[in-house]
Amino acid sequence: MTAPTIAVDKLRMLPAVPLGRIFRVELRKMVDTRAGRWLLIAIGVLTAAAVVLFLFFAPPEELHLSNFAGVALTPQGFLLPVLGILLMTSEWAQRTGLVTFTLEPNRGRVVVAKTLGALLVGVVAVALLLAVAGVGNLLGAALQDGVGGWDTGGGRAFVYVLILQVSAIIQGLAFGMLLMNSAAAIVCYFVIPIGFNIVFSTVPALKGVAPWIDLGTAQEPLFEFGKVMSGTEWAQLAVTSLIWVGLLYLLGFVRLLRSELRSA
Amino acid sequence: MIKIDGLTKRYGAHAVVESVTFTVKPGIVTGFVGPNGAGKSTTMRMACGLTRPSAGHATVLGLPYAEIPNPGTQVGVLLDASAQHPGRSGREVLSLSAMLMGLDGHRVDEMLDLVGLPAAAARRRVGTYSLGMRQRLGIANALIGHPRVLILDEPANGLDPAGINWMRRLLREFAERGGTALLSSHLLREVEVIADELVVIDRGRIVAQGSKTELLRGAGTVAQAADMESLAAALKAAELSYSGDPRSEGFIVDAEPLVVGEAAASSGVVLAELRGADGGGLEELFLRLTAEDTRDEVLS
Repeated sequence: MTAPTIAVDKLRMLPAVPLGRIFRVELRKMVDTRAGRWLLIAIGVLTAAAVVLFLFFAPPEELHLSNFAGVALTPQGFLLPVLGILLMTSEWAQRTGLVTFTLEPNRGRVVVAKTLGALLVGVVAVALLLAVAGVGNLLGAALQDGVGGWDTGGGRAFVYVLILQVSAIIQGLAFGMLLMNSAAAIVCYFVIPIGFNIVFSTVPALKGVAPWIDLGTAQEPLFEFGKVMSGTEWAQLAVTSLIWVGLLYLLGFVRLLRSELRSA
Repeated sequence: MIKIDGLTKRYGAHAVVESVTFTVKPGIVTGFVGPNGAGKSTTMRMACGLTRPSAGHATVLGLPYAEIPNPGTQVGVLLDASAQHPGRSGREVLSLSAMLMGLDGHRVDEMLDLVGLPAAAARRRVGTYSLGMRQRLGIANALIGHPRVLILDEPANGLDPAGINWMRRLLREFAERGGTALLSSHLLREVEVIADELVVIDRGRIVAQGSKTELLRGAGTVAQAADMESLAAALKAAELSYSGDPRSEGFIVDAEPLVVGEAAASSGVVLAELRGADGGGLEELFLRLTAEDTRDEVLS
């Protein structure tokens, strides 16, 4: 039993919860529910399934590493942001935030821990993606007379994949924080970019500025793994990412710090 | 020690909690009681730094809650037993808290034992738990970090009479070791069994506070007037302290009926009722508060 009273000065000097511990707790919260486990399993299984399907159904001349990586990118691109969204919204939807934020009242540290956790999962997912794509490429050459090229554009492909997945995760976290409701956040995450893309690709007056405003347009070069992006393309990617990833995340962060947690 | 000092919470123009002030002392169990929607939960959330007060402040162990390092090891909090991820097992909920606070894993088993959650139940998902089991889990979660202070919102809700008795013993032992315990309830009966001191809240304001024996003794006088505002003024003029609100149907005055009658007469207030508060002043007050709220609900 802890002594019943404590001097304020002594209390103030006690160690805070280290960030590493919050990080480990948040990682564990991703896998300790059925929903969380299945989401991670789905990311792994769909990544592999996409590669397998491509292996058997794509023409041999297309069976090379960057194409394998490209098909594995899609299911991950859908599910990783959902992971980010749920990581944030579950604190509100299930109201577990009442416990989370009483055990660590500094909400910013919890958000940092969650973000690092989601990024770790993202990096592991990208590593898995590349490994599966590599195995697919070997099998493609062995079984399907695939061309089996290993060109990654001097490692550019890795960087592009990483940029795409990390942006998607952070955007997911941002939508989660902004809306604090799983269904709304997931719908907005997928619908808003589509809406923007339609507007910018159909309205003639906007087409010219699209790569400076629409993230989807600016990210297009990233999907061509071999491509060397021009300085303008990098600048466009930086500007749109700053708006759609950075700013959105910042707004979500502020909203989360300020919002009130209600009990029943 | 918990100090609540002038806490106010407004949503727009509507004040849910208005200038609430009280102190929760170590070594005793303090009950925070009032009808549903009286402002208990909001006050407790403000004390735990989850809701920003519109005015006033609160400290726990001398510091604002948010400034307490590793607060789970100092203050045990249960604000809503149902606020758990339904897909997580009971044991996992406690393991996460233990991990965050940097506690030994065996604390989890100790706590499961203490609150009487069998190992098989602890492995099940919280979604399958009854409210009583969630309360036990929530109390385990509050106690796991060896706290000096406990803040429990409606912890007896969903417990059977044996469970309430268990909680009484648990909190009594906690207080006897010098701990500070605050628990809320909308049922006076529940708190009466568990608490030593009572703080009564209604419509965001404290309407009575003191030791249980003092409040339940029912010393004083029930006084009612056609014009409650002038009665309030008359009592103030005579320097008589009273509880109750001018909107309610009667005051409980800390004085003999004769003294109250004289005070009313000297201000020319017409009394509609004047009698000794025989047995259970608090109970009458509480019944009236609850009855008013029920009436409000019927009218609205």
